[in-house]
Amino acid sequence: MAVSAALGIPLGLLLARARFFGRGLVVAIVYTGMGFPPVVVGLAVYLLLSRSGPLGFLGWLFTPTAMVVAQVVISLPVIAGLTMAAAEAVDPELALQLRSLGANPAQESRALLREVQPGVLAALLAGFGAIISEVGAAMLVGGNIDGQTRVLSTAIVLETRRGEFGLALALGGALLTLAFIVNAFLLRFQVAPRRLGG
Amino acid sequence: MTDPLFRLRGLRKSYGRGWSLRIDSLDVHRDQILAIVGPTGSGKSTLLRLLHLLEAPDEGTIEFDGRPVTYPVPVEVLRRITMVFQRPVLLRGTVLDNVRYGPLLRGRRDPEPARRALESLAMSHLAHARAFPLSGGESQRVAVARALVLASPVLLLDEPTAHLDPAHILVIERIIRSLRESRGTTTIIVTHHLLQARRLADRVALLLEGRLIEEAETARFFDHPDDPRASAFLRGDLVW
Repeated sequence: MAVSAALGIPLGLLLARARFFGRGLVVAIVYTGMGFPPVVVGLAVYLLLSRSGPLGFLGWLFTPTAMVVAQVVISLPVIAGLTMAAAEAVDPELALQLRSLGANPAQESRALLREVQPGVLAALLAGFGAIISEVGAAMLVGGNIDGQTRVLSTAIVLETRRGEFGLALALGGALLTLAFIVNAFLLRFQVAPRRLGG
Repeated sequence: MTDPLFRLRGLRKSYGRGWSLRIDSLDVHRDQILAIVGPTGSGKSTLLRLLHLLEAPDEGTIEFDGRPVTYPVPVEVLRRITMVFQRPVLLRGTVLDNVRYGPLLRGRRDPEPARRALESLAMSHLAHARAFPLSGGESQRVAVARALVLASPVLLLDEPTAHLDPAHILVIERIIRSLRESRGTTTIIVTHHLLQARRLADRVALLLEGRLIEEAETARFFDHPDDPRASAFLRGDLVW
């Protein structure tokens, strides 16, 4: 999630603000990535990281690192795409009007970021949702190894297959609680009073 | 007469299809109210943006306060000029947040001047209202308050009363006059209302198709314009 946010937010802002050769292609890839079936992402990452794959020498398959790679591929387009949409929704005249009010370049950037903030938070929530609810890719590249790459979503699948519905439901409740806590934490930033200026 | 505050020479600005603005010579003097009139698309807003020094002309020179302008203009110089845009964009937050924004950028944290600016525009009751659901007229008044609170020596107004009712138009005109009297603010106002230009301005400039056709003291502009095209414009004849 942190990696996706660190890459996706700047990418989204760049795509919204800058005009460069190939931008259309990058936007198309981002939008396509937003609708990628996670299991297909898992398959692609699996093939990349498998022993005979081009990145097999890294030895990441069936490790938490492989799961992180898959989840970045899944959530990065979501965060970048929604951040871009939020930044494009900000009136292009605003930057000029901020300068007219006396903002220097740093103050102008901060104010513009503040205007984009609700959209960026929505992008982070959507990215987090894509990751936490994901099963297929985590299974494929992580292997669902007990104590190593088993996560809540893959554990729920396993326990359901075993017929341990009570445990599966309890894990589901834990997953929902975790999602609720993270969402509530992020939403605090959205509704907290904003300090202007500076 | 003292040196002009703005001295424009050989100014040309294009946005891709021919010249949007071609002004051979224009001086704007201190402590004056200059009204810029002309039909839609005549270059009035372009001229105002160039006078704001936020955009560079394609050709020609602008002198501001006796010095040639070089771009990008330092923020300290830009802060001497404040503009109210034709379509103001407000920041998220409250009306008071918006009016305080400019002073906060300058390290002035006292909210009182912002409150007084809102009060002068009869908007105190909206100080803590969210800025986004405001009507066009209210947004325009917030934008005027946002500019007033900065007390800049130069005020550029791009149709600041376009969405206002007559009572609020008079309030803003009164404020513009009092700023000139009390602070010596130089004001350049773009307006479609010839009567407003006549009521308010010391001098009036007419732009047609990006060219400065006539610039004169207000009474002379309206009563004895030199250029026949200015006479035709004042009569309301559409001769272009």
